Amino acid sequence: MNLDSLDRQLLNLMQNDFPLTTRPYLDLARKLDISEDEVLTRIQIMKQRGLIRRTGAIIDSRQIGFYSTLCACRVENEQIDKVAAIINAQKGVTHNYVRDHFYNIWFTLTALSQDEAVKIIKDMEQTVGIKILTMPAIKTYKIRVSLNMGESNED
Amino acid sequence: MKISDIDREIIRFIQGDIPVESHPFASLANHLNLSEEQIVERIRDLHDQGIIRRFAAILRHYNAGFRVNAMVAWQVAVEDADRAGMIMAGFDEVSHCYLRDVPEEFGYNLFSMIHARGDEQINTVLKELSSQTGISDYIVIKSVRELKKVSMEYV
Repeated sequence: MNLDSLDRQLLNLMQNDFPLTTRPYLDLARKLDISEDEVLTRIQIMKQRGLIRRTGAIIDSRQIGFYSTLCACRVENEQIDKVAAIINAQKGVTHNYVRDHFYNIWFTLTALSQDEAVKIIKDMEQTVGIKILTMPAIKTYKIRVSLNMGESNED
Repeated sequence: MKISDIDREIIRFIQGDIPVESHPFASLANHLNLSEEQIVERIRDLHDQGIIRRFAAILRHYNAGFRVNAMVAWQVAVEDADRAGMIMAGFDEVSHCYLRDVPEEFGYNLFSMIHARGDEQINTVLKELSSQTGISDYIVIKSVRELKKVSMEYV
């Protein structure tokens, strides 16, 4: 979609410097020197057009005791949709992709504890009849998805 | 970490998509019999405690013009991982970087996710990452198809 300079500034602010106040959209409006209504309208349009997925908190799942891991498995091409349906049925599976590698299905699993995650994976392995590799993070160097929208279409 | 019932309600509200309206926390405040100021205060506390990693807008990469993402797995000696991980974390195009506990049969233990506007930019970043870290053994595991992408519901 076509974004003007104000849209881009708004997206950059909303990604990197969202005001934690009772009137966040008013505060954004003041920063951009436009009205609160205009901020609300621009955000609504960008949501309708599928540019903004959501606005809210990104929770550090470990801090509240959750366990998460990256998983990978190899599935015959014609079995992918069937296996994906079984994997995706798990609420704790948040990302799942077909990828260009010997292991062709890669997904993330978040569970209440490591024990629960192990159990879920074991159940999946039995249901599907394949081996699933788990690759939990042991150190995090960066988690920060922020897409620099620049200031104009030329960026 | 144990979280209070109030915090649980607040997390339930902000883990999704907050309303695009003048007073986005008013309905929650009303529901919990608190003031909007008190809600924001709690959110800030959760942020300070590290339970909320970030409060922000999340964009759909593809629609935002970042058409390509690559998961790159590097083979690094564990004792050298911090040095390499920090270098990778410094790149704007790298959104996630983790050291993972991987099965020997896979072997690539340092993961970085790169978002870019096109393949050319991915290749430029890859070359730069490889030359700055000195790691030449890596694989690019491109996504072929999205099977699932949702936000985790913690409570």
